Amino acid sequence: MITADARPRLRRGILLRYDEIRDAHVLMYPEGVLVLNETAAAIVRHCDGAATIADIMTALAEHYRGVRDTDVVDVLARLVDRRMIEVAADG
Amino acid sequence: MVDPPLGLLAELTHRCPLHCPYCSNPLELVRRTDELSTQQWCDALTQARALGVLQVHLSGGEPLARRDLADIAGHAAGLGCYVNLVTSGLGLTAQRMAELAERGIAHVQLSVQAADPALADRIAGTRAHQHKLAAAVVIRDAGLPLTVNAVLHRENHHQVGALIELAERFGADRLELANTQYYGWGLVNRSALMPTREQLDAAAPVVRAARERLAGRMDIVYVVADYRERYPKPCMHGWGARQLTVAPNGDVLPCPAASVLPDLVLDNVTRRPLAEIWYESSSFNAFRGTEWMREPCRSCVRRDDDHGGCRCQAYLLTGDAANTDPVCSLSPHHHVVADALADAGPAELVMRVP
Repeated sequence: MITADARPRLRRGILLRYDEIRDAHVLMYPEGVLVLNETAAAIVRHCDGAATIADIMTALAEHYRGVRDTDVVDVLARLVDRRMIEVAADG
Repeated sequence: MVDPPLGLLAELTHRCPLHCPYCSNPLELVRRTDELSTQQWCDALTQARALGVLQVHLSGGEPLARRDLADIAGHAAGLGCYVNLVTSGLGLTAQRMAELAERGIAHVQLSVQAADPALADRIAGTRAHQHKLAAAVVIRDAGLPLTVNAVLHRENHHQVGALIELAERFGADRLELANTQYYGWGLVNRSALMPTREQLDAAAPVVRAARERLAGRMDIVYVVADYRERYPKPCMHGWGARQLTVAPNGDVLPCPAASVLPDLVLDNVTRRPLAEIWYESSSFNAFRGTEWMREPCRSCVRRDDDHGGCRCQAYLLTGDAANTDPVCSLSPHHHVVADALADAGPAELVMRVP
């Protein structure tokens, strides 16, 4: 369960970069590469282990209209499942 | 519509201090004198990045056998690629590891042959295990993420639990427990290496329990024994779909095992631009998509998921690379797999030479 005070970050060995060939952000991990869509890339860029889910939503709301909390949580939950992101909850 | 490749497996050399009887390198190894030069490797990697490659696996043989490994690794990292070192650990001193880390290696995959030194050294055909224990320390001290890879077969399958404990002691981030795939030397030794049904059944709950216990600390990837599966593996995610392999001599392969296919005309990265090889060559187009398929693949609902299995396995077991991978229970040649399973049993291992 990902809560608003959780602080997501990339797991060890996972790198985020922009690929100019595909004009997309990608996550690179030991066995492969995941090409991110624009929404996922915008979320992952904020996953630095310091920002909370609530912070990320605030940041996204400044640049994108109509971003729902559930969108952010859904994207992160999928990336946690794929072992790209880990979340440490406070407390 | 062909997408650009994501990954490149660079087989820098076929030289290796180990003699593992399951090695997937071809039986006819490329000689040292035929290996690409440093400049040729760097040029191939530059072309690969321009083509779309983001991930470079530096492998072999043993890549540490190349004295210019750090230069090649540094070049790939400098291009912005994720550089993965695939090593036996032999020759991985603290000094070499520090140099490679400094040049931008992102991750190390370390092989182990078994959990106990006596069996591990017997499988490796040399005193290797103690060097792996030292290599694991050196990798962790360099602060690099570590995957431990163990190839499973009849001789070591009972050590699955102990292998998990060993990887934990190493402080590994990931553990790959990979049942042997039967290519190269592995096919020569298939009878002796094939795990029994009882061994596979015994391993399953051990892996399941460890995954639960280690969740969030160490990922465990389990590669199934495809001969005992109902459907074939989605080999390479499809022919010429995501990854290419460059052999030590510069031959460019759609699959690491593809040099066994007699009708496949391979291009060489020193003689033809890599982009042209990826998009236009006869070798990379030979089995792209589904047009090449025969029945039962052609009309199968699974054809876009498993791509008909492995072309090299189809050739090795049926004599024709365009046949359905006979691992598939729907294949008219499935009996060759059933026969292989029935014939499997303890036998003298033929060690890889040199």
